[in-house]
Amino acid sequence: MEKMHIYADNAATTCVTKNVLDKMLPFFTEFYGNPSSIYKFGRDTQAAVENAREEIASCFGALPKEIYFTAGGSESDNWAIKSTALRLGAKGKKHIITTNFEHHAVLHTCAALEKQGFEVTYLPVDEKGYVTAEQVRNAIRPDTALVTIMYANNEIGTVQPITEIGEVCRENKVLFHTDAVQAAGHVEINVKEQNIDMMSVSGHKIHAPKGVGFLYVRTGVALPPLIDGGAQERGKRAGTENVAGIIGLAEAVKAATRDIPEKAKALTEKRDRLINGLTAIEGSRLNGGLENRLPGNINVSYLGVEGESLLLMLDMKGICASSGSACTSGSLDPSHVLLALGLPHEVAHGSLRLSISEEITDEEVDYILKTVPEIVERIRSMSPLWEHIKKHEDSTDKLRKFVSEIK
Amino acid sequence: MIYSEKVMDHFANPRNVGEIEDADGVGEVGNAKCGDIMKMYIKVNDGVITDVKFKTFGCGAAVATSSIATEMIKGKSIEEALKLTNKAVMEALDGLPPQKIHCSVLAEQAMKAALSDYYRRQGVDPEPIVGKIHECDDCESCH
Repeated sequence: MEKMHIYADNAATTCVTKNVLDKMLPFFTEFYGNPSSIYKFGRDTQAAVENAREEIASCFGALPKEIYFTAGGSESDNWAIKSTALRLGAKGKKHIITTNFEHHAVLHTCAALEKQGFEVTYLPVDEKGYVTAEQVRNAIRPDTALVTIMYANNEIGTVQPITEIGEVCRENKVLFHTDAVQAAGHVEINVKEQNIDMMSVSGHKIHAPKGVGFLYVRTGVALPPLIDGGAQERGKRAGTENVAGIIGLAEAVKAATRDIPEKAKALTEKRDRLINGLTAIEGSRLNGGLENRLPGNINVSYLGVEGESLLLMLDMKGICASSGSACTSGSLDPSHVLLALGLPHEVAHGSLRLSISEEITDEEVDYILKTVPEIVERIRSMSPLWEHIKKHEDSTDKLRKFVSEIK
Repeated sequence: MIYSEKVMDHFANPRNVGEIEDADGVGEVGNAKCGDIMKMYIKVNDGVITDVKFKTFGCGAAVATSSIATEMIKGKSIEEALKLTNKAVMEALDGLPPQKIHCSVLAEQAMKAALSDYYRRQGVDPEPIVGKIHECDDCESCH
């Protein structure tokens, strides 16, 4: 098999599709008016932005006026959490509930609020990467301002019981925000039916460009602005609209939310073929449960292997992937998500995440299934850790229970 | 994060990988929890390191620093080898990203651990000659 180029990191970002780009292009050179301007040339772009807002709202069961365009997922998360904290904190509600495996856009925002006197409950996820509505119910207090729980995890793809959590929050009259950056366009979402008060979505994970996204804010939820300035977004988010980005976002959302069950079924089959093949290697494990998992997410660990080396070697073979090893996280510790599952550092260091899209071919799946075992074997052949494990040295036996049988 | 061409070359084609069955000194440093383990084997003849092999569990920089360190001490006298610093290892690789500097420290320590083992087998206390080997119990000490 000759060298291929396989992009299997769609949870990191995606390509802008031709269709999306074509819709965007006229708004750079032809219809470049400022939507806030009074003349027709400006009003026309404003109309295009409002049309995009309507299209996006209808894909999630929301009202157009409940969609606020932002620069993406991190801004949306910061806005929802900080502004809710600011408003309700002033009324003595200084408690926030989240999980211990959120994206850093949520975790670091919560940490920033802790420094300002807020108390944050980090619900632990179970060993498969799920939190329950019951855990949320038990954590709610009279002074709880907000529950913020991700829709689907970015590393292990586990989809949380958002409908049930929404119901618990509504019953208890507590605001509920969800970071749906990884879920939107991959699972069907209806903000009304699911009792979601606020929801963050990013464009570049679903084939829109980088730097655009939105925050859904239910009518009746008062959310002070995070970015002050002009009167854009009904005075809630200042800054001249990223018109071309917004047009692209609407096109991408429409395409992504069309026929989700059919697309998910086809993608899940490829995902499971990869999971089955990649966990057939000795000393491996699947991270995150298989039930309620994003259709494109594969996350496996290989004992005795270090993730960054694995990624570099996959890159040499033309495969783009990601890992939760400390070396790739830029910190001393491996991924907080994998540690939240209870994995020892040694197992977390050897993780590999593939996030595939519908474009992946059977031939590409075959290539990955052939290449990964070769690389794992090569890395293990020069790994003192693997040597210790094989020889049952240095109390490495305790690591074996986390992975498949090692001969 | 970008690695130099030299780092990528040593990562993709590591020199002196393997074990020496009848080694005169074997040293292992690092730990699996931190994500780096280096094991070095040396063969010594008349005070000269005639052969050296290594095995490394770790990132690209960990593999590259151990690979180039083996090249830098192979054929050298023990005295010369002991002068090898992590700085020299980094320079030979045209630099390392800041968060990878500890890998070069580990490579220097692995070589020194192998030499310490050599001296111990000769019945000589290695510490006055080689110095103290950095015990890697916690990551903070490297980073």
